Amino acid sequence: MAVLIYTENFDGKFKKSSYELVSYGVEIAKQEGTEAIAVTIGNVDESALKELGNYGAKKVIKVGNDELKDFSAKAYTAVIEQVAKNIGANVILFGNNPSGRAIAPRLSVKLNAGLVAGAVAIPSSLAPFTVRKRAFSGKAFADVVVNSDTKVVTLSQNSYKIVEAKEDISIEDFTAEIPEGAYAVKPIEVVKSTGKLSVTDADILVSAGRGLKAAENWGMIEEMAEIMGAGISCSRPVSDLGWRGHDEHVGQTGKVVAPNLYIAVGISGAVQHLAGVNSSKIMVCINTDADAPFFEAADYGIIGDAFDVVPKLNEALKKFYAEG
Amino acid sequence: MKALICIGHVPDTTSKVKFTDGDTKFDTTDIQYIVGPYEELALTRLLDIKDAGTEMHITAINVGNAETEATLRKALAMGADEAIRINADPTDAAFVAKQIAEVYKNGEFDVVVTGKESIDYNGGQVEGMIGAFLDLPTVAGASLFELEGDKIKMEQEIDGGKQVLEASFPFVVSAGKGFAKEPRIPNMRGIMTARRKKLEVIEPVEQKNMTEVIKHYLPEAKPACKMVSPDNVEELVRLLHEEAKVI
Repeated sequence: MAVLIYTENFDGKFKKSSYELVSYGVEIAKQEGTEAIAVTIGNVDESALKELGNYGAKKVIKVGNDELKDFSAKAYTAVIEQVAKNIGANVILFGNNPSGRAIAPRLSVKLNAGLVAGAVAIPSSLAPFTVRKRAFSGKAFADVVVNSDTKVVTLSQNSYKIVEAKEDISIEDFTAEIPEGAYAVKPIEVVKSTGKLSVTDADILVSAGRGLKAAENWGMIEEMAEIMGAGISCSRPVSDLGWRGHDEHVGQTGKVVAPNLYIAVGISGAVQHLAGVNSSKIMVCINTDADAPFFEAADYGIIGDAFDVVPKLNEALKKFYAEG
Repeated sequence: MKALICIGHVPDTTSKVKFTDGDTKFDTTDIQYIVGPYEELALTRLLDIKDAGTEMHITAINVGNAETEATLRKALAMGADEAIRINADPTDAAFVAKQIAEVYKNGEFDVVVTGKESIDYNGGQVEGMIGAFLDLPTVAGASLFELEGDKIKMEQEIDGGKQVLEASFPFVVSAGKGFAKEPRIPNMRGIMTARRKKLEVIEPVEQKNMTEVIKHYLPEAKPACKMVSPDNVEELVRLLHEEAKVI
């Protein structure tokens, strides 16, 4: 038995979410009395692979097939399936991110395993294997029991703390067999979102809604994000109106996020929006309407006009960051 | 194109979520059910392609008890040609996926389309599981779906960007944001003709349940919001730093 952790790399580098996942997997392995083994696909150099050992992984398996350069759910699932069988994994972990969401369901059928998607905590019990997950788009949580021998879990981002636990990690190369037709859906092009912090990766999100009245008024929001090193997000009407891209829409039908700090400017706080953001650690609401439902969910609030408050707040933040 | 589209029967997005029977079950009192928002986008896109002159037959499918027929009728009113209800409790994702895979095998479909995730248990599992049961390629959370000759051009979100894809039939795709612009609203004619469209009820095939939801929880109530004067924004910065410790 072993815990297998799929750690994805981005052009050879790991992100914070991978370290969260390793920490999570190491804790499950500790409770089960087994080993935590990471697997990654692609060309990652030794120093990056060794970093996974800083969070307690005992071994990392590197699958370096050239054919796997482009993502394919079918190909990647086949690879993880081979690795999982090879090491006798009984728990297989993914991040609840695009690749995890694409691979985990396929894998669970292949391994006859139950899947918990969007876990938010360490299993409360190993027998029966019980995990809490996000449900109703953030409006609730549910405890799910997995009845199969093998379990697959995808972990929600920012829901498990990184734990440092230095291990001397070993690196093993693995060559996988790629099934026929694995790239029947042909990747033509990859469009990278460069220079922008994605809404799911950001520790701080500055978010704005229809209260900003027009796309050209986002300058002060971009300024705040820059001062704070934050990501930018928006409410649904804003992306529907085309003022900002769909990739910035957070809420029930957009992205579900859980940053440390969520600053909502001119967002009233409809139940669908709150569902997608209420796992944030701290929420700030700035709104002209004292009855805006967001004030009931927020930790801190300012009743005032965004066009008056935000520039002042930016000045105060600039001063704060300048003074360190 | 012959499309099989999975229609989720889910609580309206404005629903207040409550639980019953010792928090083991979702409380359906006063809950309005809708076609899942992602499935609405998926069906809208297929109908757009049909309206643009492509031959298209759309079969809507749901795994559920009799009460889900109203939701399937909504899909028919939007413009789906026929509907199938698998007469069973949708106990877990693998069970649902297995039923849909069976229907696919017995029909001659080019493509299976689902929503990115249901808005109740947010599993996002059915598309991948159908693909695995049928050994078909899968595309998760597509934000574009365009017919180009005999190929379909798609975009799928990947970590750190998006992937542009070109596919030949058959395959399975789940629709995310951007699949269609605005969901279609059924018109009166659609609603009238929906009543006469075929809705077939099929008994389920066997599939073991892998997972079981045993209890639900609501998020903990937050303490009251601390208000800061708009003339004293420095105080907010101080609170975020000293009290909340997030900056």
